[in-house]
Amino acid sequence: MNTHFTPALLEQFDALRRQYPPEMNTSLVLPLLHCVQDANGFVTEADAHAIAIYLGMPSIQVVEALTWYSMFDREPQGRYVIKVCRNIACSLRGSERIVAHLQQRLGIDVGETTPDGRFTLKTVECLASCGTAPAMQVNRTYHEQLDEAKLDAILESLP
Amino acid sequence: MSGPVFMNHEVTTTSHTLAEYRARGGYVAFEQALRDYTPAQVGERAKASGLQGRGGAGFMTGLKWEFVAKDAPVVYLCCNIDEGEPGTFKDRWILEHSPHQLVEGMLIASYALRVRHAFAYIRGEFDLPLRRLQQALVEARAAGLVGENILGTGFSCDIIVHRGAGAYVCGEESSLINSLEGKKGYPRNKPPFPAVKGLYQKPTVVNNVETLATVPWILRNGPEQYAAIGVKKAPGTRLFGVSGHVQRPGMFEKPTGYPLAQLIHEDAGGILGGRKLKAVIPGGSSSPVLTASEAEAVTLDPESLGKAGSMVGSGAVIVVAEGTCMVRLLQVLSRFYAHESCGQCTPCREGTDWMNRILERIVAGQGTAADLATLKRLPTGIQGNTVCALGDAASMPVASFIKKFGDEFEHYVTHGRSLHEGRLAP
Ligand SMILES: Cc1cc2nc3c(=O)[nH]c(=O)nc-3n(C[C@H](O)[C@H](O)[C@H](O)COP(=O)(O)O)c2cc1C
Ligand code: SF4
Ligand code: FES
Repeated sequence: MNTHFTPALLEQFDALRRQYPPEMNTSLVLPLLHCVQDANGFVTEADAHAIAIYLGMPSIQVVEALTWYSMFDREPQGRYVIKVCRNIACSLRGSERIVAHLQQRLGIDVGETTPDGRFTLKTVECLASCGTAPAMQVNRTYHEQLDEAKLDAILESLP
Repeated sequence: MSGPVFMNHEVTTTSHTLAEYRARGGYVAFEQALRDYTPAQVGERAKASGLQGRGGAGFMTGLKWEFVAKDAPVVYLCCNIDEGEPGTFKDRWILEHSPHQLVEGMLIASYALRVRHAFAYIRGEFDLPLRRLQQALVEARAAGLVGENILGTGFSCDIIVHRGAGAYVCGEESSLINSLEGKKGYPRNKPPFPAVKGLYQKPTVVNNVETLATVPWILRNGPEQYAAIGVKKAPGTRLFGVSGHVQRPGMFEKPTGYPLAQLIHEDAGGILGGRKLKAVIPGGSSSPVLTASEAEAVTLDPESLGKAGSMVGSGAVIVVAEGTCMVRLLQVLSRFYAHESCGQCTPCREGTDWMNRILERIVAGQGTAADLATLKRLPTGIQGNTVCALGDAASMPVASFIKKFGDEFEHYVTHGRSLHEGRLAP
C-alpha cells in the first residue's frame, strides 16, 4: 500500500493505469507526474520515488522525466502562473510590451513570484496561438489578442 | 473559397459534437471501411490519393503505412498532436472545431494498420483542444465507435490520450515515442524507422493530426477526387495559418499551389498599417525565410517553394512588414532552438547555444565582424551531423536570414545598433 499519496490521488492513478495496456506500464510516468502536479501545484523528488514504487520501476527514470520536462515544477508556484509566449509571431505582435506591462503591474521580473504568493511570471515558447497573438496562459487558461487594457481586465477578474 | 476537407461547415458552439459531425456525413467512411474494405484496400486508397504528411516532412502517408509488416502481431498508431513549431496552430484548429474528424481518421488508420491501441500524444499546454478531444472520445465510445467489437464487426480499437510535458523536440517522431514510453524525449537514431521498430520496439506509425483527419474525406469522396485537388505532385488542400504583420491573421484552407501573395494580400487582408511586405517565413519557423520579391512570386507547394530555397513545412506562414529588425527577430528564433535542443548530439547542443550567444551579443551592440563570420559558418557544421532534424531546423533560419538580410547584420556589428531601432512589433 502506497501511503505517500492521498487515496483520491491513488484512485486517479488506478484509473489511468486501467487505460494503458499492461505491457506499457512505464508509459504512465508522465500521466502520473501530471496528476500530482495538477493536485499539488508542484512535484517533489519524493513524489517521483513514490510513483516509481507504485509502477514498480527504477526511481531514476521517474526522476529523470521530472527534471527533463519543462512543464513540471519542483517548487511551489504562485496561485496564478502567468506564461507569456515570447516566440516569433507573438514578438511580431507585441509580446515584449505584454511582458513589460506585467512586470510593472506585478512588480516582479520574469521567473519571480509576488511576495504574497499570488502571481508567478514566466515566458514560454510558442503556444500555438500565433494567429491570435500575442498570447499567454494563466494556469491552464489561454488568453489571446492581448493588449494592456485586456491584461488589466484579466488581472482584475481573477478571484 | 473555403476548402472542402476541413472548413466545410459553419463553426458554432455545437459544431464539434458527434451529432453535428454525423449530420455532415461523419463516420460514414469508417463504417464503410469496416463493412466493405479489407485493411489493405484502405491502405491502397490512402496511397492512391497522393496524401503527404502534414507534420512538416511531407512523407507519403500510404507508403509509410505500407512499411509496416503485414504479419506483425502488435502495431501502434500515434497521432502527433505536439504542435510546437513556432507559427503553427492548425492542429489545434482541427481539435477545437472538428475533433471527431481526427477520431474517425485515427480509427480508419487503425483498421488499415490492424492497431488495437492508438495514442493521441497531445502537447501538455493545450486546454480546450484536450477537452474537445476527450469529449469526442467519450461520445464515440458511447456510440460504440471506439472500444471492443466496434459496431459488431469484431474490430476493436482504443484511443488513449497522452499528455506531453513541454518539449518542442517531442514533436519529432522518435522523441515522441521515447516520451510515450515514459523516458526523456531523446530522438532515436534512424534506421530503424518507427514503422519497423517504434513504440516498445513494435512497428509504429506516427502521423500528424491534419494528415489523419484528411483520411475520412479520402474514403468518402474517393482517392481520385483528392488527387485532383491542387498540384499533382503534392495534391490536396492544406490548412495555412497566417500570423505576424497582417490585417487578418488566421486559418485558411487552400488547395496546394495557391499563390502566397494572394493568401497574404487578399485572404489575410494585406500588411498591417498599410506598410510594405519585407519577408515571409512560409512553412513554420524552421523553414528558410523569403524576401518580399521571392514571396510575391511563389505558390504554396513543395516544388515552387523548393525552387525558392524554402519549404511548405507545417503550412505556417509568418509575415514580416517593412521596418522590422531582422537581427532581433532571428535572435528570438535562436533563443528558442538553443532552449529546445535536447543536448544529445554535440553539434546541435553546442551549435545552437553558440549561435544564440553570438546573436545575443550582436543584439546587445557588442558583436564584432568576427562574430558575424562565425555565425555564417556555424550552420554548415550542424546541418547533416545530428540525430534528428532539430539541428537543421535551427540552422536554416540563421543561414537564410544572414544571406538575405546581410546588410542589417553588417550594420548592427559596425554601428552597435539596429538599422530599424530593434523594432519587432509595429
Ligand atoms: C524538432 C521537430 C519537431 C517536430 N514537431 C512536430 C509536431 O509538433 N507535429 C508533427 O506532426 N510533426 C512534427 N515533426 C515531424 C515528425 O517528426 C513527423 O515527421 C510527423 O509527425 C509525421 O507525420 P506526417 O507524416 O503525418 O507528417 C517534428 C520534427 C522535428 C524534427
Ligand atoms: S539534433 Fe539536437 S534536438 Fe535532435 S537529437 Fe541532436 S541534440 Fe537532440
Ligand atoms: S508564437 Fe506565440 S503562440 Fe505561436
